[in-house]
Amino acid sequence: MTTTLVSEQDAAAQPRAADDVVLRARDLTVSFTRAGQQHQVVHSVSFELRRGECLAIVGESGSGKSVTARTLVGLTGAGARVDAGELSLDVPGTTDRVDLAHTRESQWRRLRGRRIGFVLQDALVSLDPLRPVGNEIEEALRLHGWGRRADRRRKAIELLDSVGVPQPEQRARQRPDELSGGLRQRALIASALALDPKLIIADEPTTALDVTVQAQVLALLADTKRRGVSQILISHDLSVVAELADQIAVMTNGRIVEAGTAEQVLRDPQHPYTRRLLAAVPGPHTRGARLSDLAPVTAQRHPHHDDGDTGPVLEARGLVKRFPRPDGSVATAVDNVSFTLERGQTLGIVGESGSGKSTTARIALALSTPDAGEVRLVGRDWSRVSERRRRALRRRISVVYQDPLSSFDPRWNTERILLDALPPGTPRAIRQSRVRELVEQVGLTDAVLQRFPLTLSGGQRQRIAIARALAPSPQILVLDEAVSALDVSVQAQILDLLDDLKRQLGLSYLFISHDLGVISHMSDDVLVMKDGRVVEHGTVEQIFTAPEHAYTAELVGVTSVAARQHPESLTLTDAE
Amino acid sequence: MTHISPPEIDEAGSTHARHETDAAAGSARRTANRITLIRRIVGKLLGAAVTLFGAATVAFLAQLALPGDRATVIFNIRAGQAIERTPEELAQINEQYGLLNPVLVQYVDYLRALVSGTLGMSYQQFRPVSEIILEQLGPTLTLTVTAIVLSWLIMVIWVTLTAGRGPRLSAFGAMVDTTAAGLPHYWLGSILLVVFALGLGWFPVISGTSTIGLLLPALTLAIPLAGFMGQATRAEFERTLQQPFIVTARMRGMSETGVRLRHVLRHSVLPAVTLSGWALGATISGAVIVESLFSRQGIGTVLITAVNAQDLPIVTGIVVLIAALYVVANLVVDVIYTLIDPRLPLS
Repeated sequence: MTTTLVSEQDAAAQPRAADDVVLRARDLTVSFTRAGQQHQVVHSVSFELRRGECLAIVGESGSGKSVTARTLVGLTGAGARVDAGELSLDVPGTTDRVDLAHTRESQWRRLRGRRIGFVLQDALVSLDPLRPVGNEIEEALRLHGWGRRADRRRKAIELLDSVGVPQPEQRARQRPDELSGGLRQRALIASALALDPKLIIADEPTTALDVTVQAQVLALLADTKRRGVSQILISHDLSVVAELADQIAVMTNGRIVEAGTAEQVLRDPQHPYTRRLLAAVPGPHTRGARLSDLAPVTAQRHPHHDDGDTGPVLEARGLVKRFPRPDGSVATAVDNVSFTLERGQTLGIVGESGSGKSTTARIALALSTPDAGEVRLVGRDWSRVSERRRRALRRRISVVYQDPLSSFDPRWNTERILLDALPPGTPRAIRQSRVRELVEQVGLTDAVLQRFPLTLSGGQRQRIAIARALAPSPQILVLDEAVSALDVSVQAQILDLLDDLKRQLGLSYLFISHDLGVISHMSDDVLVMKDGRVVEHGTVEQIFTAPEHAYTAELVGVTSVAARQHPESLTLTDAE
Repeated sequence: MTHISPPEIDEAGSTHARHETDAAAGSARRTANRITLIRRIVGKLLGAAVTLFGAATVAFLAQLALPGDRATVIFNIRAGQAIERTPEELAQINEQYGLLNPVLVQYVDYLRALVSGTLGMSYQQFRPVSEIILEQLGPTLTLTVTAIVLSWLIMVIWVTLTAGRGPRLSAFGAMVDTTAAGLPHYWLGSILLVVFALGLGWFPVISGTSTIGLLLPALTLAIPLAGFMGQATRAEFERTLQQPFIVTARMRGMSETGVRLRHVLRHSVLPAVTLSGWALGATISGAVIVESLFSRQGIGTVLITAVNAQDLPIVTGIVVLIAALYVVANLVVDVIYTLIDPRLPLS
């Protein structure tokens, strides 16, 4: 069934249609043909989206959630085959429906943007980086023959204003790279809202954003929903979903395994996968508990690095680091930062992008020299001595980064990567057995040794990165956003692994993350950083129950949304 | 549409403060960008001056390094015969050209002639070098600029039509690029001449200065260049097609053609723009062959004659001129690049 589109009228003036299902999918199946073989990636997915509601499709990478979303606008991709019992979109003001399963490309083009708006993650790359954001919004209008050029310009500015962009005339002339993350994401949303579509599909709309900005963008989407715009929200992040969704569909391996109201799914999950997913979300309430159902690893402690000291393993006093800007002025990336990492403890450093947390990590690793202040490692001079003198201490401190792939030579297999990481002077006879021991410590088997980084999964790569960091038997691990790129269930496994290793090997962690949930799960003490300064420093309990600084309170407020779903943690979050 | 009130967005009440900080940061960033831009322009101009000075100096030193007595050479060029000259005769030439002056004085005289724009006197023609070059520069510039414009047209149309259109068409497109890039000017020119001028008679065999006669020589230069730039553009074109902002444009209802012309092309021509600066210089050397093949006037003929006759001021003049064209072309490329990609490198 194909209907012609009627012109848009004021939604409020319309008589309520008998059927208020905006979008209905029944037995939606998507498969791709690659190398002559069919791979089915979405299996018989069915859902209904009612007017003014938000349906969240939650899943991890590879679950088929993004493919499903793209199928709804006819952009599944090359070589895709879409079958559906029904896939239909309502026509406002009528009882007619557009059959999306049998829509020609020319008809899709009239629907996209006008009837269905689409928001992708990270406007820095989802808006044309060479054009002013105003032009992108005007383009959405122009493609559907909206008004004259001058009218479109005016409308674009109005739209920017309506999504809460200050000084819209000026902002319209700026490119995405000239706007802050929050402003450009708003501009992206404005371009999707330009023709007032009654359905918005948002694919990970807040994933690349800092938590405080994420909260603003979610509030904007909530406002849009209140105006009667139906939404499909695609996300891996349960806290985002909890904020916005009326209905939740949990997807894994191309199937919806559980669907229901947000309340039902979050409070009383029925399917084991949903339960695992919810249990895997770290927060203050999960401290000391395991997040995954993986068996703990056992690791053999090597006695040689235990030198009987009891003092702190890492101490930083008054660190300052400045960088010149291109125009000659000076930016202070780290401003008077001090901390102490006690033996066997975890110190969390939390902050948003640009807060100076990674620069602090580099100074702690002596990869960067502070302009003022000093770092002492196991009670000895560290930041102020020459690299030659540091070398003897180097093996006491190791690092794991967010993206291990870029730190592995793609032509080396795992065995070579790990052999290379063993400290010089390791007797030849024990090198092989030591590599096997390392692989076991991180919960992998020997089979992984002959594989190359590119053929490993994200979780396996991160385990290899941890094994490599452990190769010199360090006392301290610096974990710089080490779990940030992982899916929540994989993240849970890696966090559990790190917890096991810490206890069994007597490690101390400097744990750096933007994610307060992860920080609160892992840390003993927490340092909150903003604009290069430490705004708050205390134990996890202090930070979460009685944040003193307004910024910490804001941060705790926006991160604890997921935690609110857990009644046992309410005492912690209500105290703010 | 209804207005979404900003206070909703930021319950912490810091909306106002945040916006002001954003605005201040924005204007500071723009000022910073402007300062960086001015620095870059000044840097480029200084760099251009140094390049020109360097090219002129190398050309001067090459003159000194040539074997044989220069006064004798000059005499022989004028007389058209190679015989020994008496010291009296040579003294007159040495006096006239200051050949016995210290090298440094000769160098300063040379630079003075360069700056005054005459570029010295031709040994053979008794005229300022600048006059001789300028007469012939027009046809050559017409040829090379036409060739570059044509190669851009061919390249853009071909890449837009074939890049990222499924494995078979893309591979065919890339193969044509590579083949075209490898065609030698001499061979390609001969084929074009034989087929289109001699065989079909569509174009004159001797190009002269006519507009219609310009097409075959320009194509001879343009086709290999189009293939060469096409390789760089195609790779970038296919990479850009995968970018999220292209998906966004499609999600707005943009057609395949619209996406290619309005978004992808702008990103993908950047490497070819950089190559064009180099190409202008390269096509001038290519023009030497093409001009003789198609019997066209131009700097190529002048250069060949001057080199054969050892008319050094002309050779030096052309070397300096080509260096100057390179410098100008690269400045133009920088400006065009900045117009296409206004983002400034932050490092």
